[in-house]
Amino acid sequence: MANHSATHPAHVQHHFVDSDQQFESAKMGMWVFLVNEILFFGGLFTAYIVFRAWYPDLFTQAAQELNKLWGGVNTIVLIGSSLTVAMAIRSAQKNQKRGLELNLLFTIILACVFLVIKYFEYEHKLHLGIAPGSFWNPTPEILAELSHPKANIFFSIYYVMTGIHGLHVLVGIGLMIWLYIRARKGHFSSEYYTPVEITGLYWHLVDLIWIFLFPLLYLIE
Amino acid sequence: MEAVKTSEKTTLQVKRFKPSENPTTNFFTEERGLKAWLTTVDHKKIGLMYLGAVAFFFALAGFLAIALRTELWTPAKTFIEADTYNKLFTLHGAMMVFFVLVPSIPAALGNFILPMQLGAKDVAFPRLNLASFYIYLIGAVFTFIALFMGGFDTGWTFYTPYSSDGDSATVIWVTLGVFILGFSSILTSTNFMTTIHKLRAPGITWDKLPLNIWALYATSIIQILATPVLAITILLLSLENIMDIGIFDPAKGGDPVLYQHFFWFYSHPAVYIMIVPGFGIISEVITTFSKKTIFGYWAIALSSLAIAFIGFLVWGHHMFTSGQSPVATTIFSFLTFLVGIPTGIKIFNWVATLYKGSIDMKTPMLYVFIFLFLFSIGGFTGIMLGALSVNIHLHDTYYVVAHFHYVMMGGTLMALLAGLHYWWPKMTGKMYNETLGKVAATLIFIGFNMTFLPQFVMGAQGMPRRYYNYIDQFTPFHQTSTVGSYVLGVAFLIILYYLVKSLMSDEKAPANPWESRGLEWQSTSPPDLHNFDHTPVVINKPYDYHRPMEEFQLGLAVEHNGHGEAHDVDVKETEQENS
Repeated sequence: MANHSATHPAHVQHHFVDSDQQFESAKMGMWVFLVNEILFFGGLFTAYIVFRAWYPDLFTQAAQELNKLWGGVNTIVLIGSSLTVAMAIRSAQKNQKRGLELNLLFTIILACVFLVIKYFEYEHKLHLGIAPGSFWNPTPEILAELSHPKANIFFSIYYVMTGIHGLHVLVGIGLMIWLYIRARKGHFSSEYYTPVEITGLYWHLVDLIWIFLFPLLYLIE
Repeated sequence: MEAVKTSEKTTLQVKRFKPSENPTTNFFTEERGLKAWLTTVDHKKIGLMYLGAVAFFFALAGFLAIALRTELWTPAKTFIEADTYNKLFTLHGAMMVFFVLVPSIPAALGNFILPMQLGAKDVAFPRLNLASFYIYLIGAVFTFIALFMGGFDTGWTFYTPYSSDGDSATVIWVTLGVFILGFSSILTSTNFMTTIHKLRAPGITWDKLPLNIWALYATSIIQILATPVLAITILLLSLENIMDIGIFDPAKGGDPVLYQHFFWFYSHPAVYIMIVPGFGIISEVITTFSKKTIFGYWAIALSSLAIAFIGFLVWGHHMFTSGQSPVATTIFSFLTFLVGIPTGIKIFNWVATLYKGSIDMKTPMLYVFIFLFLFSIGGFTGIMLGALSVNIHLHDTYYVVAHFHYVMMGGTLMALLAGLHYWWPKMTGKMYNETLGKVAATLIFIGFNMTFLPQFVMGAQGMPRRYYNYIDQFTPFHQTSTVGSYVLGVAFLIILYYLVKSLMSDEKAPANPWESRGLEWQSTSPPDLHNFDHTPVVINKPYDYHRPMEEFQLGLAVEHNGHGEAHDVDVKETEQENS
């Protein structure tokens, strides 16, 4: 429809009537995707619940091997990054280019801090032979603490849950870098900040999932 | 020119347009060449590419079915080895489910028709739509890799420990293939849901949505809620094969019944992913060819949503013999009976729609009748299988095989064929041969019942499914079934013949050969690249067959787009100013 595109701002794709329709569609699409994500992790949480119901001792025993301090630090880091991403959206809405760039940068840094801490946690575990599945080969000292015969299953669940969550953080970092580059080029304004808004939604979910993972894996006694 | 007033007193300038019978440009002519097709974001081209891919996999999996039936001609070996037989039936099932039935109606026909029935120019996320097609192809590549590495014989359900203690390499490839395919259905359903909510043309309120859209909406809900669960299940199964994580494999301390729960939490709703879009097609075709308003619009619309909801609560009926608690089996059995109610509501409303209609027995309508007949049998036998004591007797017999072929092939595939013939002139601009169409439909009806009716009898007498050998007493049933499958094969070849022939012919189809009131028929055949010359304004309901045709041909004048003002409020009745 040539008559529409004449009045279309550059960021509105041809099949949308106006900017509002495009924004609402993108937002709804992302919410639907988040429902997907919840169901995806829901499967993992179900596996967690089932195995924890069967082996309550295993879970309380094995959870002692996880480092509560660094897990806690990571929780604060991720909540902080949710704040900065919210501030990035606010900056975009108020046309503050510099604020948008800085807040995106802070978010990227915090997300990287999260992954670095996670890396050291994994590294320490693998060093002790606490590895998933067929790589399970704990040192004798660990084996003395973890006498439960199904201890490997707890760590399988731990690695799969935190691993898939970590992948989501990695994807988030990629998206933030993309947003940062576009923000530098001045693509966003109060008229158009849809990608910032919906990446923010995604990032909040990644944060929320960690808020459930942390107590369920680290804090049980 | 006519004025349409909205309740907010804003006036939309509306004019009639009659689609040109022989348009000079359409979506085929505007973007030409292979590259344009492969990089297109047009929902119509993507729908057609899906249709081609689905037809290819259907032919392949159908060919496997005929090979399987031929092997079963004699009680012992006929021409293939037992191991090969196991691999072939696994491949037949996996392909028909994941590559044909799940994407067939939504991704192929739905992609083409949904934006047109909404008066939209495209789906909400056209690039994701194209991505979903390529993801589908990548999933197929993974499955073929598994195939060339020697195939897999786990059954299409990938139950552990079959899938965890055999040849893990092939299982990893095929499960990753299914994992990837899941993304393609997630993208399609996200697209559909957003499009239905946000991209409706002015005047299409929720009570004016075609029932096909309601059905696709319900399907999208199921796909969005169920597919990610399959994704995580299949991912855990892959990890089980890659590094023995011990969640599903009993040898490593895992629980195979947990796998079955996870798997059927997706795969039972998945049968509604396959059949509910079929219900949508039936509603469209049955009104068009009985020239009558649909009986019980809201009953049909909401029963789709009811099926979507209850469908999530019945997965345990696949596991009556797997060691669930008696309480759980009883509840699942009850809920299984419950899901028959909304389905029954649909059947009765369709039959009531026929009452006193002027029924035109064109090929699509013929398939609707075949659907009603076969799907009812499939549904009733489903209720029988849902009954606990009967299920213990019939579990894993040919009775189950016959039941799900009656609902999947007799239901989904017949609806697909109805829709394919119904929309063929719209999609291609060509008309198929009506006589050959009726001949093929008749052969399909005969062949189908010959193939699967004997299987009910065999199953009730104790013939187990998936067996390579059988005792002599079942020979006549198996042989009848095999002959039936050949008849089906011939019928599908006839369909292929006349559809391809219609594409080659120069004769053009009219814009609305069925005089349908559906919005998609108010465009040209084949449609313009942006579907309509004017953004349509919708005043009447989609099945208002008591109103004259021209009331349906309303387009919006250029200076006012109508969204915002008229989108969420009712467009009032047309005021005739100068007629």
